[in-house]
Amino acid sequence: MELQAVLMAAGGGSRMPDLTYNTPKPMLPVGNKPLMWHPLNLLERVGFEEVIVITTKEVQKMMSTDPKMKDVKMKLDVVCIQEDGDMGTADALRHIQQKIKTDVLVVSCDLITDVALHEVVDLFRAHNATLAMLMSKAHDFTETVPGQKGKKKTGEQRDFVGVDQSGKRLLFMANEADLEDGLSIRKSIMRKHPRMHIKTGLVDAHLYCLKKAVVDFLADNKSISSIRGELLPYLVRKQFSKTTNCPKSKDDADDQTQKTADGSTNSTELLICSRDEPLLQLAQERSCWNDHRGDMSEAYHGGKLRCYVHIMDQGLCYRVNTLAAYIEANRLASKLLEEPAVHPSAVISERCQMGPDSIIGAQCQVADKTSIKRSTIGNSTTVKEKVKVTNSIIMHGVTIEEGCNIHGCVICSNAVIGRGADLKYCLVGNGQQIEAEGEAHSFHTSTFNMLSLFSPPTVTRGT
Amino acid sequence: KEEKQRLRKEKKQQKKNKEKNDEKTSHEEQPAGSASQPPAQPSPKAVPVPASEAPAPADKPAKSKADLKAERRARQEAERASKGKKGDVGQPAPTGKLKAPPSELQPVVKRLPEHVQVDNPEVVKKLAKKLERQQIPLRSDYGYKVSLFSHLHQYSRKAPLTQQLGIPSTVIHPAIVRLGLQYSQGIVAGSNARSVALLHAFQQVIRDYTTPPNEELSRDLVNKLKPYISFLNQCRPLSASMGNAIKYIKKEISNIPSQCKEEEAKIKLLNCIERYINEKIVLAAKAIAKYSIEKISDGDVILFPPNCSFNVTISTSISSSLVNHILCEAFEKKRKFRVIVVDSRPRLEGREALRRLVQKGISCTYVLISAVSYILPEVSKVFLGAHALLANGYVMSRVGTSQIALVAKAFNVPVLVCCETYKFCERVQTDSFVSNELDDPDDLIVTRKGKTQLEHWQKVPSLGLLNLVYDVTPPDFVDLVITDLGMIPCTSVPVVLRVKNVDQ
Repeated sequence: MELQAVLMAAGGGSRMPDLTYNTPKPMLPVGNKPLMWHPLNLLERVGFEEVIVITTKEVQKMMSTDPKMKDVKMKLDVVCIQEDGDMGTADALRHIQQKIKTDVLVVSCDLITDVALHEVVDLFRAHNATLAMLMSKAHDFTETVPGQKGKKKTGEQRDFVGVDQSGKRLLFMANEADLEDGLSIRKSIMRKHPRMHIKTGLVDAHLYCLKKAVVDFLADNKSISSIRGELLPYLVRKQFSKTTNCPKSKDDADDQTQKTADGSTNSTELLICSRDEPLLQLAQERSCWNDHRGDMSEAYHGGKLRCYVHIMDQGLCYRVNTLAAYIEANRLASKLLEEPAVHPSAVISERCQMGPDSIIGAQCQVADKTSIKRSTIGNSTTVKEKVKVTNSIIMHGVTIEEGCNIHGCVICSNAVIGRGADLKYCLVGNGQQIEAEGEAHSFHTSTFNMLSLFSPPTVTRGT
Repeated sequence: KEEKQRLRKEKKQQKKNKEKNDEKTSHEEQPAGSASQPPAQPSPKAVPVPASEAPAPADKPAKSKADLKAERRARQEAERASKGKKGDVGQPAPTGKLKAPPSELQPVVKRLPEHVQVDNPEVVKKLAKKLERQQIPLRSDYGYKVSLFSHLHQYSRKAPLTQQLGIPSTVIHPAIVRLGLQYSQGIVAGSNARSVALLHAFQQVIRDYTTPPNEELSRDLVNKLKPYISFLNQCRPLSASMGNAIKYIKKEISNIPSQCKEEEAKIKLLNCIERYINEKIVLAAKAIAKYSIEKISDGDVILFPPNCSFNVTISTSISSSLVNHILCEAFEKKRKFRVIVVDSRPRLEGREALRRLVQKGISCTYVLISAVSYILPEVSKVFLGAHALLANGYVMSRVGTSQIALVAKAFNVPVLVCCETYKFCERVQTDSFVSNELDDPDDLIVTRKGKTQLEHWQKVPSLGLLNLVYDVTPPDFVDLVITDLGMIPCTSVPVVLRVKNVDQ
């Protein structure tokens, strides 16, 4: 077997608390399918037959009842971990170390992309890499996010990614938070790769191909708890560290026995030797290929640990971990899905104007004289007459009474929007009720503050 | 019953003879005649064996009847054994008639690889059907092909075969997928490197192999390897050395006795592979280096201080790993010489060769092939590497080699070809058109000063880009071939092949 897929679905969605208050992040609907369906669909399309899903018990319960998840034909091996426990992604990998028999492909549940996965995996295979990851040029989110006053700069910390001339080999990775004074690059890297491109506008897709040796290494090193935050920078740095680059003139077997004999002191070393190393070495010697030129060293500078990255410049790649990303993803979900935008069981009256970008879920009822443009409407939602819905995301079980005007909003499940309400850029929480004839602009509701509006339209602002 | 057998065999022989006449080379017939005399076996045995070594086309339609034939064979063998005849021919060789030559009667009719015929739609259809059966995607050709070479495949590096495979590849072993990718991207290039990498991948396949129930390892493993070989062929056409290595492995696998336990069989096969690599590649390189060093030193070594011009200047063409190795060894043996490395676009493999020589401390000069006639007056010997040596003495090597040999002949400079015996091939070719390899034409596109002139070459209807990989050098231009068996003239290649077949 070549690769095992692991889906990390235990994240809390800490950056969108209003949305995830009732629904855990992996089950948030995007294009009327749960969020975790999208990476699973990607894996299924590419040819995987089994996926190990690491998630919480709550999500597992929801998964078993959700009809859309039944569409997934692969065998899902669900591993539950504690919700309150502070388990990072690397801790989760360590937890399932027994199940990992070969190289892993780790995917995050909030990734929505149409990347040709073979590009990432080919890098992993062809160069015998230890790590291959996917990154994408970040797109600015153009939609106004409900609940935010104006276009607030999110203040996300930037990632600095250094790649070599070919754009494939990953040389350097650091987050702005870790750099205090400035960016310092070791001389050994500069000597080996004198031309380095440093990019900042990249989004890490959280899709990693890791060698099995890395998982074993994690099992020994309990101090690493996050793949993205700690493991990746460690691996990227280790490419150029002296210990892994010393030419091993001894036999392979001797190496391994020596290392295990030393036991505790050397357990932190990452062993990347493979069997038949002398044969591979011979093949490389006889091959007239080098990955760089201009200096006297052999291919890959003799280094065994190699990290590669595939940077997508075209195509969709979104990580749905903020509200803005969530909205954007819903917009584009119709492009990704092959199913018809309007579910066959939805009842839509003839005098309804529906734009091509909209998605209507199952068992919806849309009455006359409504206009639905660029919106996503969830399952079992009722939209009464004369409602105008634009640029909005309406989740399941929502009732929208007559005459409402909803623009740029996110309305969570089971909410009720009273008659004649006029909502712009609002976020209505789960099960909320908006009273009739209310008007709100850029408002957030959650279970704690009930929105009550009086009949004469008053504009209220708040968070 | 015996008569029935004989009738059946005669009928078979007739059918095979008809197809044998379609074979291209005639020299097989002669050794066929001579080799069947020496083993003094009763004639019924001599008859079925040449018939059974029939060429490949016969095997394909008979694939579906292979089981029936195997049963018939088993029955024949049982009858033969019961009649008290020697059981040496009746070895368990159920892998089909092709792959199991009995030990005494030599496989005198060799199966030659068929020529690629991409412009013949029937052949393409047959190939597509075969690939579909083996569940391997068909790689589509790319771009406009120059009409003289339209019968060859031309693939694009940007469209790897893995695009059409599922990601955790279940049909094809991951080591083979990795190898195919490395071939198509040029990470493993050069016939020695490719063969070693291939054998390494086969080792992994054998290690991970388990015999399914009711199957024999000797038959099933060979069948498992067939789709892998098709896959590798799709990624990049197999080289002659790889073909020989594969033949060897298949023979070894089919020679495993059926009583052998799986573990023992696997260990035996792994050892065979190690031995093959050791003997045919590593030790052969050492032997060739030993012979060549004699040639280098022969009257030309002058122990001058380094800044004087030497008498021995050697020109190395277009990067052969073997010639590199020889020169490094010669340098270690303290021969004084100077090397001129000749390189050519688009591969520019000479740069890597240059790096390795300079790293050792050899003083080198680097020229492109267009400067060969300028630099040849300074040269005392030309060393060439070979991709394969054909049975009529022609040397198949990287494109440009025949040019260098021609110019060297014009200047009366001796040309020495270094080649291991495992690269000797039974094919015959007199020109570079019939069987060659077309590389990605986009490799010829180069960006200088920010401008890429050939970027839209596909839109120009009268323009075709041709990126040939191999060419053949006639034996008139080659003075000596240095092999691990010694230094032989080019025309002795068929003799070596015959000797090799008898040995095996």
